Amino acid sequence: MPIHEEHLIRPENIKTKDNLVIDGIDVSGHWSTFIESRVVTDYNEEMEEEIAALPGGEFIHRCWQCGSCTNSCTVNAINPEFNPRYWIYLIRMGMESELLRDKDIIWQCVSCNKCTYACPRDVFPEGVMKATSHWLELKGHTEKSPSMHFDEVFAEQIIETGKIEEGRTIRNFFKRTGQSLTQDWMIQMVKNLISNLPVKLLISMGLANVLRPKTRNWAAAGAAISEYAEEKQEEQREALGLTELVEMAKQETESLESKANS
Amino acid sequence: MSEKNEKYKKVAYYPGCALEGTGHAYNRSTKQVGKALGLELDEVKNWNCCGAMEVKNIDPKIQTYLSSRVLSIAANEMGHDVVMAPCNGCYHNLKKAEYDLEKDEKSKEVVERISKKAGHKTYEAGEVETIHALDWIKDAIGEEGLKERVKNNLNGMKIANYYGCMYTRPRHIFPEKDQGPGSESTLEPHFMDDLLEAAGAENVDFPLKTACCGGAHTLSDSDTSTKLVLNILKAAEASGAEVIATECPTCHSGLEMHQIRAEKKYGEKTNVKILYFTQLLGVALGLNAKQVGVHENVSHSMEFLKEKGLT
Repeated sequence: MPIHEEHLIRPENIKTKDNLVIDGIDVSGHWSTFIESRVVTDYNEEMEEEIAALPGGEFIHRCWQCGSCTNSCTVNAINPEFNPRYWIYLIRMGMESELLRDKDIIWQCVSCNKCTYACPRDVFPEGVMKATSHWLELKGHTEKSPSMHFDEVFAEQIIETGKIEEGRTIRNFFKRTGQSLTQDWMIQMVKNLISNLPVKLLISMGLANVLRPKTRNWAAAGAAISEYAEEKQEEQREALGLTELVEMAKQETESLESKANS
Repeated sequence: MSEKNEKYKKVAYYPGCALEGTGHAYNRSTKQVGKALGLELDEVKNWNCCGAMEVKNIDPKIQTYLSSRVLSIAANEMGHDVVMAPCNGCYHNLKKAEYDLEKDEKSKEVVERISKKAGHKTYEAGEVETIHALDWIKDAIGEEGLKERVKNNLNGMKIANYYGCMYTRPRHIFPEKDQGPGSESTLEPHFMDDLLEAAGAENVDFPLKTACCGGAHTLSDSDTSTKLVLNILKAAEASGAEVIATECPTCHSGLEMHQIRAEKKYGEKTNVKILYFTQLLGVALGLNAKQVGVHENVSHSMEFLKEKGLT
């Protein structure tokens, strides 16, 4: 007997028995599959609201669990554990510990927006995935994901110069995530590129490292973006109840410093 | 001649960051094709990055601002009413900014606030129309016009047209699509197919036209990207394609990079060629392969084009 809504149950909680007798009745074959019963006591009632307070998570409450997001999902097709519908369900139920079991893969959403296209309720599941991985990081459940590092390196460069110079972004990202730039496929790619190119273009590409592409008179825009971004971060910390923690940590550091000084 | 037809003959051109870097060949071929077709591109003055796929993850409204600044310069400082962006990411973000500024008061507030501090006029929704390079050629020249100008017929070259994600999704930011005959479809896009067919190509039935190449995580989660790209490359080959035609610098460099990575890491070799649709149109219009930057691609297609008698 297939279990309805199997997507919503962990495989280890599904028990199938070949031979089974219950209350003297032989139910082998047909009624042989059961969901292990369990008691959940650690509901986090704030979780949905907190994720909804982060950019992208705003419309999570609209979900009616049709499963179109998971059905259309690019990442789910290569990793069945990647299940947006299930995570939205867990978040709305407040089942934090269950969600945390998948904390290391949620950031892998590739933002292809197939889910957004398929969703009949305009939940914007892509946004919910981003908000959820952001929430996991802000709450300290996970380290910053490689993707978040990349976003930050990227945004910092735009705030500074208004433009992206890809070579620099790549170098900074590899540095920040402690990866080597000399991986065999990367070397092969550069070799392919160089074998075709005229010397003149190679020199001008080299110069791009010295003369960085920049938007002129960008300082005021960069400062205004930076100021706005900091305000938003403060708002998010507050929505997630982290402001107090940050304050406590600050005071502690200060008192430690003053002790060290005295 | 339709009204659109005339309007698209001279447009503001927003190349974006990638076209000055890894997508250099797309920039070169777009400009060359424009020239060969008698279309004028007026580059947006002192433009900035649109926010790409990354800034929205810091805050979506910063992306809206970044894109709105580009639109504001085109509309208010240059007096244009059309901006053409060949990069899917730029095109998508400008469209999204347009949508947000029309519908969302909070986005308007943030954009106004940052624009004021940055010292330029705030962009108002409706001041310019954003189009893709495909719309540009399709509407300004059209299939018939293209047929008249083709010098080197692509002669039945088998092409899989790959549109990627951001040209059609999410649907709500492209209100002009899915409007019946003549309009672009978000489910089965065909503008690139139409143009390349007019240039003499034989388009194969390719099921992964709008599949994702994993471009957002091309470096941060390379294994996922390699798997996704490998799917696309193999499906194109299985469909009988000799070439995958691209319309986005991120997709294009993703396909090239992970074609190599798939071979190095998983021993999966694919031979399908990867060319920008503007490079294919360019050689069909009689430009030589170097003029449209085929030598600047990572994957090697020079020999292939020579064999086909196209350069």
